[in-house]
Amino acid sequence: MEALDGNAIGGMLSHVFGREMTMAQAECGSCGARGPLAECEVYLGGPGVVVRCRACQHIVMVFVEVREMICVDLGGLSDFEVLAWR
Amino acid sequence: MARAAVLGRLTWRVATVIAVVDETPRVRTLELEVPGWPGHLAGQHVDVRLTAEDGYRAERAYSLASAPGEPPVITVERLEDGEVSPYLTQDVRPGDAFEVRGPIGGYFVWRPDEGGPLFLAAGGSGVAPMRAILRHWRNSMSGVRVRLLYSSRTFEDIIYRAELDGEKVVHTLTRAQPPGWTGYARRVDADLLREVAWPADDGPLAFVCGPTSFVESVAASLVGLGYTPGRIKTERFGPTGGR
Repeated sequence: MEALDGNAIGGMLSHVFGREMTMAQAECGSCGARGPLAECEVYLGGPGVVVRCRACQHIVMVFVEVREMICVDLGGLSDFEVLAWR
Repeated sequence: MARAAVLGRLTWRVATVIAVVDETPRVRTLELEVPGWPGHLAGQHVDVRLTAEDGYRAERAYSLASAPGEPPVITVERLEDGEVSPYLTQDVRPGDAFEVRGPIGGYFVWRPDEGGPLFLAAGGSGVAPMRAILRHWRNSMSGVRVRLLYSSRTFEDIIYRAELDGEKVVHTLTRAQPPGWTGYARRVDADLLREVAWPADDGPLAFVCGPTSFVESVAASLVGLGYTPGRIKTERFGPTGGR
């Protein structure tokens, strides 16, 4: 399966977080790489959405939708900074 | 107007197809009317949701191909095994409606005040957001230099062929070329980018959109040429066109 990137889940992220999130800064809990969520690897083909660090492929976020409810796991992040939208 | 576009929660809205343009045998552009559309920025996309009679739903993201201030327009490439694109490229007619959510995205967005020169690289239907950016560049009378490098398989596969026929667009045809073709006839690689992209010393801002392999290769090559990674914006749509 070929990876997409965080742009592809911008709509779902807006739905979950209530605002534009592709510019949010995500810091990998494994290697410490930091950058906009838009640049993370995103895999849509499985039962949920898997977001991986582009530098080390560590899983940083997982989203699973179950009957209108979206379960969010941000456990792979060490920091998550939402920037003001200009 | 653009600011309002991203405030508040996104909701699904009904989009009615106003006009249909067949760009290539596999690619179609749909102009939409979306009541309450808050406006969009150049580079943003929408999610399209189709609901079957049995309630089954499928969603896909499509880049907006129109400039800010214009009605929302999407360009769809048909994937033979797709759940959404066959309907949007073959069955849909003016007057038909489906749901959209958007505009979406803040990263892959071009604003005229971000400096330049502006270098755009597109593979296949990855050219859709580039049309929005080029139109916005023109409408905003931006003073930055702009150039689009656009890779297509064949001449017949060039999307927006009439509009993208100027000095600011450099075409390459990777699979076949018509007689008398004077453009490039090879894949986009570091050598081609060295010829076509603005020199890194000029402080360029780059946008790259296309299939994942195209984007990875172009972005890596631009970094190799000295581009600042933070000034290379990328958007991937998978092995073949979904955007």
